[in-house]
Amino acid sequence: MKPDEVVPLLTVEDLSVEFRTRSGTVHAVDRIGFDIYPGETLAVVGESGSGKSVTSYAIMGILDNAARVTSGRVLFRGTDLLKEDEVRMREIRGREFAMIFQNPRTALNPIRPVGKQIADVLSRHAGLSASEAYRRAIEVLAQVKIPDPERRARAYPFELSGGMCQRVMIAMALSCRPALLIADEPTTGLDATIQAVIMDLIGEIAQAQGMATLLITHDLALASEQADRIAVMHAGHIVEIAPTKDLLTAPRHPYTRSLIAATPAPAASLSELAAIPGALPDLRRDDLPPCRYSERCPRHEADCDGPLPLERLSARHTVACWHPL
Amino acid sequence: MTVLLEARGLVKRFAVKKDGGWWPLNRRPSQIFAVDGVSFSVAEGETVGLVGESGCGKSTLVRIVARLLDATSGEITFGGADIGSVPARQFGRMPQRANIQMVFQDPTDSLNPRFTAFDAIADPVRRLRPMRRADLKARVFEMARLCGLPEELLSRFPHQLSGGQKARVGIARALAVEPKLLILDEPTSALDVSVQVVILHLLQELKERLGLSYLFISHDLNVVRLLCKRVLVMYAGRIVEQGSTADVFGAPAHPYTAALLSAIPSMSTEGRRARIVLTGEPVSPIDPDPNVCRFYSRCPSGTSLCTSAGPALVPVGSGREVACHFPRLAQSEVGRVEGVRAGSYNTTG
Repeated sequence: MKPDEVVPLLTVEDLSVEFRTRSGTVHAVDRIGFDIYPGETLAVVGESGSGKSVTSYAIMGILDNAARVTSGRVLFRGTDLLKEDEVRMREIRGREFAMIFQNPRTALNPIRPVGKQIADVLSRHAGLSASEAYRRAIEVLAQVKIPDPERRARAYPFELSGGMCQRVMIAMALSCRPALLIADEPTTGLDATIQAVIMDLIGEIAQAQGMATLLITHDLALASEQADRIAVMHAGHIVEIAPTKDLLTAPRHPYTRSLIAATPAPAASLSELAAIPGALPDLRRDDLPPCRYSERCPRHEADCDGPLPLERLSARHTVACWHPL
Repeated sequence: MTVLLEARGLVKRFAVKKDGGWWPLNRRPSQIFAVDGVSFSVAEGETVGLVGESGCGKSTLVRIVARLLDATSGEITFGGADIGSVPARQFGRMPQRANIQMVFQDPTDSLNPRFTAFDAIADPVRRLRPMRRADLKARVFEMARLCGLPEELLSRFPHQLSGGQKARVGIARALAVEPKLLILDEPTSALDVSVQVVILHLLQELKERLGLSYLFISHDLNVVRLLCKRVLVMYAGRIVEQGSTADVFGAPAHPYTAALLSAIPSMSTEGRRARIVLTGEPVSPIDPDPNVCRFYSRCPSGTSLCTSAGPALVPVGSGREVACHFPRLAQSEVGRVEGVRAGSYNTTG
């Protein structure tokens, strides 16, 4: 796919999000930008506190009340979602965008059978009648390979296993055939074998429907299996975006390289695993350096303190570093 | 190597209420077979990994071995002495308590929020090895140094520490009474990869310096492979495969192990490994049929034999054991297994 010819489905430009808290303003996301093209899977990878989830909430327009978007645009089919009113956003959420949350059991309504919860989405967004929506809900449950969907549609979330609940979440998210699926740590807390099944399922359906996926995860190995491109986040900045293979074989940002070296891989031994020195900087500070990795960076030099460049190394590989590898 | 810990035929069942209808005779109590006939050993200085999915009974098993929970039946010996017959309530006051210590999963939940790091580390010493105040202080400072915890952090409360620092407090607390066996229940699962690496390096270093034995529980196979020489794979309350880490990870013999290994995401750029997708739902741990293999509902290679005789754990050479009628083995070893196929689950009591 040549990005110059294809129009991006979603463009995030210069997005900054702050949280006002009692102990100061947290600069959670700072001037990030990326594109998602139709049908592709983009993974956003980073440690906890790097701003991955805040980014996805900002796109969906479901940020906490304490949050403020201080700059940027989120362009979807030519309109800036940050300027849309709540009524319009409700139309877009569910129909155009769908989201899968980390913990399916808390994301589902505990006192409503899962089939009805899916039907609710369908009657709201697809304008189906109640009985038609319920019939369609059972079809979607079958589509996510839930055995015996008629019976499972009557089950409450507590009666289903974690993997089953996540399938229900996927069924609900996909019921209106959205253009973009945001999956926020969809398999954290699930077992390895279930994780594999769920990720394959998301991949299959995305391919069949030509749906784009934004996968938020802390697991670089998982991202590398699923994603076409990976964006690495560190302390509210996107430090590198590249096609998966390029990112893994030839990382250009020192943080990306450390992250790869810290992730246990099947072939490595313990002595080959290298720790990442230091910790994320306190995002409440007012004197955050332009490069928020500079205080941990082994390649830090005096001229790193200028405004952070976002260098386009090639059409699809961008890195934010004064001295890339 | 001398055997440090040995468990034989451990069984733990929890009674559950089940709707038996109105007819009184149907209302027999149902039981969850959390741990169902597990035997294993840990030698001195050895690191044994225990892997399995959530709900397979691994946490119940280690709580029994750590003597925090009483088994329904089975024997546990530690350094030749029987510790299984001591009720868990009394074990806390025995000198043996100091020999087996545990590091818990979530460093936030397992530290008392009202204890400073110093008190958290000093508490087991005060209880098990009473000593003078000055000695205690020296001991705690030594443990903190050993675990890479800066001294100025000892006066802090858990909410003032980062995840990695709390993990270090948890390890220092377990080591403070000089245990011989350390049971680590998913010590890094709540940590970021960057911190996980540091803690894994620390554990490896401590083991070499203090000559400890580890029983390392994790669902992350990549982490187990890094730290452990030998690995036990558990499924639905039973050990389905055990052997050296290199053998088991190199050529898994049990279909569940094979599926588990194929499910780990790898960062290899040469395309994906063939993934074994498990269909079907896991078996319910409530009153499972003793004659059906526990893995049958999800197994890609199950036959009628698997529903008439559940396979027992049998040796298949080079210290390896598998509980499967159709293990994936090199051709040379297949004949040996044919002979022992007659063996099956032996669930009595």
